[in-house]
Amino acid sequence: MADQFDLECRNVVKTFDQFVAVNDISLAIPKGSFFSILGPSGCGKTTLLRMLAGFQAPTSGDILIKGNSVLGVPPNRRPVNMVFQHLALFPMMNVAENVAYGLKRRGVDKATITKKVNETLARVGLPDSGPKQISQLSGGQKQRIAIARCLVLDPTVLLLDEPLGALDLKLREHMKVELKQLQHEIGTTFVYITHDQSEALVMSDQVAVMNSGRFEQVGAPQDLYYNPQTSFVAGFVGESNRWTGIVNGGNDQQVEIKLASGSRVFAKRDANNHITDGQSVDVFVRPEAIEINDAGSFENKLSAKVENVLFNGAASSLQVRESLTGHEMTVALPQTGAFASVREGDEINLGWSVEQTRCFASNGNGAGV
Amino acid sequence: MSNSAAVKSGGFRLGLLLLALPLLLWLFLLVILPHIDLLLVSLRERISYGKYEFSLINYVEFFTEPLYWNTYVRTAVMSIFATVLTLIIGFPVSYYIAKVIRGKGKNALFLMCLIPFWVSELVRTFGWMILLRESGVISNLLQWIGVADGPVEMLYNDAAIMVGLVYTSMLFMVVPLVSVLDSLDDSLIEAGYDLGGNAFTITRDIVVPHAMPGIASGCIVVFMLTLGNYLTPNLLGGKDSLWFTEQIYTQFITRFNWESGSAFGFLLLVLSSVIVWVGLKLSKQTLSQTVG
Repeated sequence: MADQFDLECRNVVKTFDQFVAVNDISLAIPKGSFFSILGPSGCGKTTLLRMLAGFQAPTSGDILIKGNSVLGVPPNRRPVNMVFQHLALFPMMNVAENVAYGLKRRGVDKATITKKVNETLARVGLPDSGPKQISQLSGGQKQRIAIARCLVLDPTVLLLDEPLGALDLKLREHMKVELKQLQHEIGTTFVYITHDQSEALVMSDQVAVMNSGRFEQVGAPQDLYYNPQTSFVAGFVGESNRWTGIVNGGNDQQVEIKLASGSRVFAKRDANNHITDGQSVDVFVRPEAIEINDAGSFENKLSAKVENVLFNGAASSLQVRESLTGHEMTVALPQTGAFASVREGDEINLGWSVEQTRCFASNGNGAGV
Repeated sequence: MSNSAAVKSGGFRLGLLLLALPLLLWLFLLVILPHIDLLLVSLRERISYGKYEFSLINYVEFFTEPLYWNTYVRTAVMSIFATVLTLIIGFPVSYYIAKVIRGKGKNALFLMCLIPFWVSELVRTFGWMILLRESGVISNLLQWIGVADGPVEMLYNDAAIMVGLVYTSMLFMVVPLVSVLDSLDDSLIEAGYDLGGNAFTITRDIVVPHAMPGIASGCIVVFMLTLGNYLTPNLLGGKDSLWFTEQIYTQFITRFNWESGSAFGFLLLVLSSVIVWVGLKLSKQTLSQTVG
């Protein structure tokens, strides 16, 4: 079984003095997939990646690459390579020398090195840049050279430490697509860490959402977005409106929650979330799940006053304040332009279904209490 | 319009001139003028009391007298050797201070390199004399543990000179090296390991090329200081130290032969310039890179 996975972690723990950076992480990444670890800064994702690369040793637990434990194997003998956050291209060498560096260390003969370097440069779309100096490259080109420098070694797993962080927005959007295509073409297993949810959602086959050293949820991007399992995931992945309240009855399908303001909200009951009466919960609903001025039979209804119209093309939204409680909400505007006439100060009615409303126990670590 | 611009730029130039004046004065009065005089003095021969004539005799004497010539070459070779030795010892020390140790220990170690320089060179050199002389600490220790039968003289040889020179120059190597190594991004070293490098290849391919400007500037300073050192070779090497600055001293002070002394001084300047130039060419550095 184990050798189906390129990379496996078994109960990996890393502590620095009293601080637990990585807390009992287990993961298994199938061959050829794009796996992202998404989390806020300081959640331990970089520490986890550095353990995979071999720069840090886990306090306990095991790391396996292609079924073999790599504990005690130094980074220069692991079949994984890393694209560093600031790329760490060698400024004292030109592009071709940078790409050839790893092959030279393996003692590959010169003719093969030249051939492989040229092939790899062509693969990342920079076939003639070999003699260039690193300082002559643009941000996106540097990015591709950093990836080429690793790919030329045919690593089992390629680790990427927020490599798009330093790029400007437009280039970042472009590189996202390019990285995904590249990964698809070469079929190498990618492990990508980021704090940018859009990067993780767009590129990955599987995303692990990490918080305070633990994996909150691992799943496909769609899964995380539509079926979050914990309060943290619901709040962190995608936009959400959030309330806190106390569970006050309900049935098998839905939970009735009494908000602090006194109004009531109905949320979907999830078998995995053992919500009980009297429990304090966080309630989430996505801005695009809310219908405006629809007389349909929604269980959740309220009226609100428009505070701000945020026009952003297809991603336009309204900032509204609930009339009764003063709670601020964001509501997505339909892309049809149906409510283009809505103005600041307008009173509108909002409604959304139970199906689209989720609630989670509101203690720190979320699920299954 | 053009008039006011001209006035403006004129004012700017005057300001620049005033700012640069102390520097220009210093350069002219204390560097260029004495050297011109040194050159002129070196190019004359004393015919009789108060009577001088243009002559190359001082330079001819230098090349025909083997003692001068040998001392000259010996000083150059010893200085180069001392520079290389300082680099070899200073590099790992600097690397340790800049890259390995973190936090308080870093500053403490750096300070420890600095502390010996709070006392004068004379006192530092005298410290080595106390350790190395016949009746000194090491000699007594060797006798006490029974390795040596009688007093051991460790002063007045080339090794003692070398120890003194390296010790005296160490700080001037460590300071530029620490600053240049500090600027090396740790992730470059990690990337080197990640791509299959080991400690040796990473040092050779990444650390040393990055540190090259620091190595060059450290070596230039140490070489110049060593070549022009008078105190250390004289005290630790004794009469036989044969350091070129001693020859210059002898010409000026003992023999009152200012003409010959000036020629020697000029030759020392030529020697240091040529060796620094060759060193820069070999290491593919430029002086501006090294200083900046």
